[in-house]
Amino acid sequence: MSVRDDVAERIPGGDAGLIVAVLLVIYAAYVLAGVGLGYSVRGQLNTIGVLTFYIGVFAMLALALNLQWGYTGLFNIGIVGFMAVGIYVMALVSKPLYESGGAAQVGGLGLPLIVGIVAGMVAAALLGAVIALPALRLRADYLAIVTIAMSEIVRFSFLSGELQQFRLFGERVGFGGGSGLILDFTNPLEAFFQSFGLWDAYLGFVSVFEVIIPNNPKPVVDGLVYGAVLLGFVAVYFWLLKRTGESPFGRVLKAIREDEDAANSLGKNTNRFKIKAFMLGCALMGLAGILWLMTSGAVTPNFFRPRITFFVWIALIIGGAGSNTGSVLGGAVFAALLYQGPRYLKNLIDTVIPNADAPSGFGPAVSPLISNFDPAPLFFYTIDSVRQLQLVFMGLALIWLMHNRPEGMLGHRKETAAGIPLTGSRASASAETDGGDAGGGSDE
Amino acid sequence: MSDPDATNVGSDHAGGSNGGRDVPGRTDAASNGLDLGSGGPNVDEEYPLQVEGLCKTFGGITAVDDASFRVERGTLTGLIGPNGAGKSTTFNLITGMLRPDAGTVTFDGEDITGQKPHAIANRGLVRTFQIARELQEMTVLENLMLAPKDQRGEALWRSVTPGFRGDVVEQEEELLERVWDVIEFFDIDHIADEYAGNLSGGQRKLLELARALLTDPDMLLLDEPFAGVNPSLEKRLLEHVHELREQGYTFLLVEHDMDLIMENCERVIVLHQGQVLTEGSPDEIQANEEVIEAYLGGNV
Ligand SMILES: Nc1ncnc2c1ncn2[C@@H]1O[C@H](COP(=O)(O)OP(=O)(O)O)[C@@H](O)[C@H]1O
Ligand SMILES: [Mg+2]
Repeated sequence: MSVRDDVAERIPGGDAGLIVAVLLVIYAAYVLAGVGLGYSVRGQLNTIGVLTFYIGVFAMLALALNLQWGYTGLFNIGIVGFMAVGIYVMALVSKPLYESGGAAQVGGLGLPLIVGIVAGMVAAALLGAVIALPALRLRADYLAIVTIAMSEIVRFSFLSGELQQFRLFGERVGFGGGSGLILDFTNPLEAFFQSFGLWDAYLGFVSVFEVIIPNNPKPVVDGLVYGAVLLGFVAVYFWLLKRTGESPFGRVLKAIREDEDAANSLGKNTNRFKIKAFMLGCALMGLAGILWLMTSGAVTPNFFRPRITFFVWIALIIGGAGSNTGSVLGGAVFAALLYQGPRYLKNLIDTVIPNADAPSGFGPAVSPLISNFDPAPLFFYTIDSVRQLQLVFMGLALIWLMHNRPEGMLGHRKETAAGIPLTGSRASASAETDGGDAGGGSDE
Repeated sequence: MSDPDATNVGSDHAGGSNGGRDVPGRTDAASNGLDLGSGGPNVDEEYPLQVEGLCKTFGGITAVDDASFRVERGTLTGLIGPNGAGKSTTFNLITGMLRPDAGTVTFDGEDITGQKPHAIANRGLVRTFQIARELQEMTVLENLMLAPKDQRGEALWRSVTPGFRGDVVEQEEELLERVWDVIEFFDIDHIADEYAGNLSGGQRKLLELARALLTDPDMLLLDEPFAGVNPSLEKRLLEHVHELREQGYTFLLVEHDMDLIMENCERVIVLHQGQVLTEGSPDEIQANEEVIEAYLGGNV
């Protein structure tokens, strides 16, 4: 169809190849920009690690949202609430038991990380069910209202004094309130390698990097490896959701998106399908929340503001709702261009022009331009406000997309909802007159 | 295993589509014929569908007003009436899409009033819509693959769990065979890969009928299946309906083209302002003064 499709078709490896190619282009652009501006190796690798992290979390979240919105037509604008429930419940289960005099105000249940992760996912799924059960029976837009309200209720609940500290199974636990919750469980990467007995091997691997990063390479390598682990999770999400979509289950979801009454009139109990799809999506959002935050040392409720929900929506819209491959690409492009891009740009410019003083306000920034055509103050002011401008960029990108490619990168491409390929003509074997017997007639 | 009969369709179907209308009767359908499902209709009940005192008002409008009728098994029964007579509303009440204010619907001897649409469809009472409800962004094949009941892969866990997905794929292959039989029966193989949203109005109606058949129904409620269909396609659709009726399916057909109803139906029910005006054979209906009055007065 378009030039993009031609390019996409020439990439070997199909959709996986397309994803890898886009990632390579993104990384190449980052590295080249860094090299061109004289970034250190440490800085470069750090940047790659952080970029990979965000590509991973946004791809996972976009995939989970694609199941709910792209496949089933369920309008969830409370994504961040499910992420919050995931990490908070995980922390509750896996933080070590409370000890007086320790750094943490409250403890957890002291169970292994994997138990906490599963508990966090289950909690997010159950919250999804509680919300979806009443809302799915109503009109579609009720679900939108209920989900965003839920995500704010969740945030305020974790902020509240009542849940700051309480007793559970006789242990002093809690969510820490507004001052946040210290995530003082074992470093997840360490726990991960230890479970395979590979921690010492990993430390050996880290020390190899002293060749290129002489001074304490571990944080940098940790970041890179954790990014790689996240990409592994993206692969698992992709595999799971592709199978979900390419099945009779996925076919019913698609039918619900197209016309729920028609699906119902064909004997499909659409409410059950919707709830299952919604719960699975919520569990995956919970896991994404866990993976996003469990290495960050602490969480505060105000991290979970609705803007993250909208970021995920933008990622999905860029990639194209309805396509799993598009969701991954959308997550990657969003993370690289709109989320990390402006910050990276600012870092680069700060490195290149280290002691440029940005004006303190908009007035001083603009007046030199007007009085003596000096654009520099406005330029530095803009760079200095890049975090705020991020949202402006996102808005512009959305407007551009809506005008030029409303179906996103791959949303125009329909992924077949069946466990087997559905071809346009009957398979040659069964085209013969007695072909029908090939199926299952012999077991009469 | 799912359905040994289904695989037989392929063999006779080749004959069927080669112009011969020799699809054998439903009574010996176990060995032959477009037997789309395992359980044939339960022939000892004479009237599978019975409607008693059905009422429905929308705000001030009374759409269905104490309607009572029954449909005889194995017939093609027409439900006629001028626009706004309440035919589509009656279908919605029967199939559970609307809840009646009063009255009962009995199907195969069981009270199904107020049951969920999917539950009613699973009992074998399946409808099509006046405005075709094709699933636009799904292909014809996907539309049809959706319809069969009891698909193993509709259980999410089975579709994703390695080791169990093999079962799902195996059944998908069987279903695809059945779907192709129906596609060839309706002679729509050239559009099998087309998105349903790109079909013509007539093709959509064919698709909807084919899809309804794949649910393995006992009785079909067709709401104006010929509206917007060109005459040659209408003729073919009617032929299919007659073939299926001969196999033992029961049809209730809404149509406001009097001639079509009179030529094709064994029984006719006339609905007027939400009430059953009369019912009888086409000849009786045509001779009925009240019906003529209703049609002339009701602005056909
Ligand atoms: N959902 C609805 N809300 C309000 N009025 C309706 C609704 N559905 C049908 N009606 C009204 O009920 C009457 C019967 O409509 P309908 O059953 O569609 O007639 P028919 O199919 O015989 O042409 C009409 O007056 C119509 O306007
Ligand atoms: Mg109507």
